[in-house]
Amino acid sequence: MPVVHFTQNLVRHVECHRLETTGDTLVDVLGQVFARFPRAKTYVLDEQGAVRKHMVIFVDGKQLVDRTKLTDPVHQSSQIYIMQALSGGV
Amino acid sequence: MDSLLYLGTKKGLFVLRRGENGRYIIQERAFLGDKVVYVHPDSRNGFVYAALDHGHFGVKLHRFQPDSGWKEITTPAFPPKPDGFVDKNPHTGQEVSWTVQLIWSLARGGADQPGVLWAGTIPGGLFRTADYGDSWQLVDSLWHHPTRQSWFGGGMDLPGIHSICVDPRDSRRVVIGISCAGVWLTEDSGQTWVTRAKGMRAAYMPPEQADQELVQDPHCIVQCPSAPTTYWCQHHNGIFKSTDGAENWVEITPAGVSAFGFAVAVHPQDPNVAWFVPAIKDEKRYPEGGRVIVSRTRDGGEHFDVLHRGLPQSDAYDLVYRHALAVDDDGQVLAFGSTTGSLWVSANQGDDWELVNAHFPPIFAVQFG
Repeated sequence: MPVVHFTQNLVRHVECHRLETTGDTLVDVLGQVFARFPRAKTYVLDEQGAVRKHMVIFVDGKQLVDRTKLTDPVHQSSQIYIMQALSGGV
Repeated sequence: MDSLLYLGTKKGLFVLRRGENGRYIIQERAFLGDKVVYVHPDSRNGFVYAALDHGHFGVKLHRFQPDSGWKEITTPAFPPKPDGFVDKNPHTGQEVSWTVQLIWSLARGGADQPGVLWAGTIPGGLFRTADYGDSWQLVDSLWHHPTRQSWFGGGMDLPGIHSICVDPRDSRRVVIGISCAGVWLTEDSGQTWVTRAKGMRAAYMPPEQADQELVQDPHCIVQCPSAPTTYWCQHHNGIFKSTDGAENWVEITPAGVSAFGFAVAVHPQDPNVAWFVPAIKDEKRYPEGGRVIVSRTRDGGEHFDVLHRGLPQSDAYDLVYRHALAVDDDGQVLAFGSTTGSLWVSANQGDDWELVNAHFPPIFAVQFG
């Protein structure tokens, strides 16, 4: 099943930790993530539901392509990392 | 004299109090390492609101309550952008994202509205809460105003609301300042709006457009609480004053050492007394000659005192942002903080200044509370 990992920098602000999920697309996966950790949602997505400008999500080592609709496919063995971009903060 | 002093800085929130020896000392540090772009103590109930900008993780809002401490609360947020709706500045072609990029200002409602706060943001959305920030509503009438797409950024890429003056006589009457869309007034708690920048002048526009209200860049607007028909404005290219409730503005010339600056404070009981922290105008933005001074008028702008005792008079390159100058409720104690992390306090209306600390992070906001 797809497994989601979080940057430690996010853990500093809101509760979130490694989570095993189900689903075929990232939107399925993130729906479960934010159901489990509701406060994390606004830290990762903006109010339009898009990935924040300076956040990145890797699915099996590749950066997310659809940052607004989150339709990228995931697989049963996918490893998903929610990270900070190097841009966007000092 | 017993007021606390709140600093919003690039690396956290600092709360200072005046010690027995008269010096301000740090009483509390919060959000260390995080950017606190605005802080707003609410004298109605002892709450304090802090607006944070986490960069990667977006903007967030926190509330302090005396009985329970700090807690993250709901951040103002835009509704979903309608599918297919194109929101572009017609002049620049720049697309406006319906996401709050900065909470640039906060203001409490009147005494008759205990839970009401207003929040001004970049990209130009005004929000209102009636429940102490637990939920926020976009002020649709302003966001959907036919002129809004033509507003433009002043310094920032997108326009923003940085000044919110709630009239002490009537809480429904609110004047706001927008960089860049001039000055706006509502008299019905935000249901309808009119521009109120008549008399302002924009030196950065072609001459035939210089007096247009929507192109004005008011850096900061304050209202005198005891004489609320008087407003002072530190504008991008001048100092302006209104004595008729923002109906008309008059440019103050000459405006002391320099007409450029960001901050302005008005004496709470005397509308003729106001303070500014000038700098060399826009393309430079540091104090003339490396001398930090405060400019004060006591006669409504006829004359300006240059106040410098206790302030560095050589090789000082401190710039003071629009929310980083404050006066206490008595009109006696002033404080200002700079981009290079210096904080100065005066106990005598600016005649003498004392350096509190030269090593704070860059200071965005200074408030008494």
